[in-house]
Amino acid sequence: MSTLQVDIVSAEEQLYTGQASLVVAPAEEGDVGIAPRHAPLLTRLRPGEVRITQEDGEEYLYYASGGLLEVQPSSVTVLADTAVRAHDIDEAAALEAKRRAEEKLQVQKDEVDYGQVQAELAEAMAQLRTLENLRKRAKR
Amino acid sequence: MSGAKEVKTKIKSVQNTQKITNAMEMVAASKMRRAQERMEATRPYAEKIRQAIGHLAQANPEYRHPFLVERESVQRVGYIVVSSDRGLCGGLNSNLFKAAIGDLKAWQEQGVEAEVVPFGAKGIAFFERLGVRLPAELRDLGDRPALESLIGPVKVMLDAYVEGRIDRLNLVSNRFINTMKQEPTIQKLIPVEPLGGEELPDNWDYIYEPDAASLLDDVLRRYVESQVYQGVVENIACEMAARMVAMKNASDNAGQIIDDLQVTYNKARQAAITQELNEIVSGAEAVSG
Repeated sequence: MSTLQVDIVSAEEQLYTGQASLVVAPAEEGDVGIAPRHAPLLTRLRPGEVRITQEDGEEYLYYASGGLLEVQPSSVTVLADTAVRAHDIDEAAALEAKRRAEEKLQVQKDEVDYGQVQAELAEAMAQLRTLENLRKRAKR
Repeated sequence: MSGAKEVKTKIKSVQNTQKITNAMEMVAASKMRRAQERMEATRPYAEKIRQAIGHLAQANPEYRHPFLVERESVQRVGYIVVSSDRGLCGGLNSNLFKAAIGDLKAWQEQGVEAEVVPFGAKGIAFFERLGVRLPAELRDLGDRPALESLIGPVKVMLDAYVEGRIDRLNLVSNRFINTMKQEPTIQKLIPVEPLGGEELPDNWDYIYEPDAASLLDDVLRRYVESQVYQGVVENIACEMAARMVAMKNASDNAGQIIDDLQVTYNKARQAAITQELNEIVSGAEAVSG
């Protein structure tokens, strides 16, 4: 079976580089799963988890806050705005951010930038979801 | 003893200077290490996005983004020149400006005008003196610039390109080769050139989600920002390395001067002692005589 060259980079650092047989990423119009020989694709990413499955079945989880995904038949590049390994997500911070965003949405004052708050909320939720998935996987 | 005393004060003052240059060298050395780490950490992103853009320039999309289209005639060239905020870093900035001016002059001979967005106080001062148009500037970059701080000035140039005020955008910055060597480089940012090397099938295009126009705009803007950011981060590493070397040279020079002055001082002291002895001996001779 052929594999893909996968690179996950954020503006601050390189998180993953190596071969994989499947990459699942949160594209703007829905999650996409990319196997080798995928057609060239260019899309924006939503905040969410990027899952890499290596040939031996080993899985790696990352959280990306958004960015770009470039797919070539033999390579996948995730250009994330910010990204962290799923293990490194700060759950307390994510919960706090979620609570704050929800609070702001409740108040619904004019000075609150609605779109901004919603984006923050989406990010926090995506982080928590990624963590949850990581835990589920660990149990199995 | 008056000569010796003057030399002594001089030695003191050179020693003080040496203390300062020594301290600056050490500060620059530790800052350089951190700047270098940051530069290496941000490099993969800049390289990967350049690769993606290289692919993109080879694709055959139905929609041609203005950043991908080479214009037939160039009327005005835009530059983003990344310099440092502070001096005392050897010839780093002046070499960079020389390279920028060389390129600028070559264009001017063809009747092409230029616009410059200088980053860093040194660049701002230099290009203000030169009298070229500066549509935007950025100072106080600090040791750890945030990407967000660059977006504004970069956008000015991107908008200028879209509006047709400039037909080309170059990035002038120092490339970090090693601690001893930094090289001024001029990189063409837009229009984007295809990347050589990789073999891609002739007639292909991406699937764009959601749509090519907004996506390409997003990608290309991010690309330019990331290249400029990389240039800024790299320039800081260059600045620190150049300052470290310059300060090391200054410390060595100060040491040399101190040694020379010490010899002068010793000679003066010796001469004074000899003279004093002479006076005593000749005095004693006169008395006993």
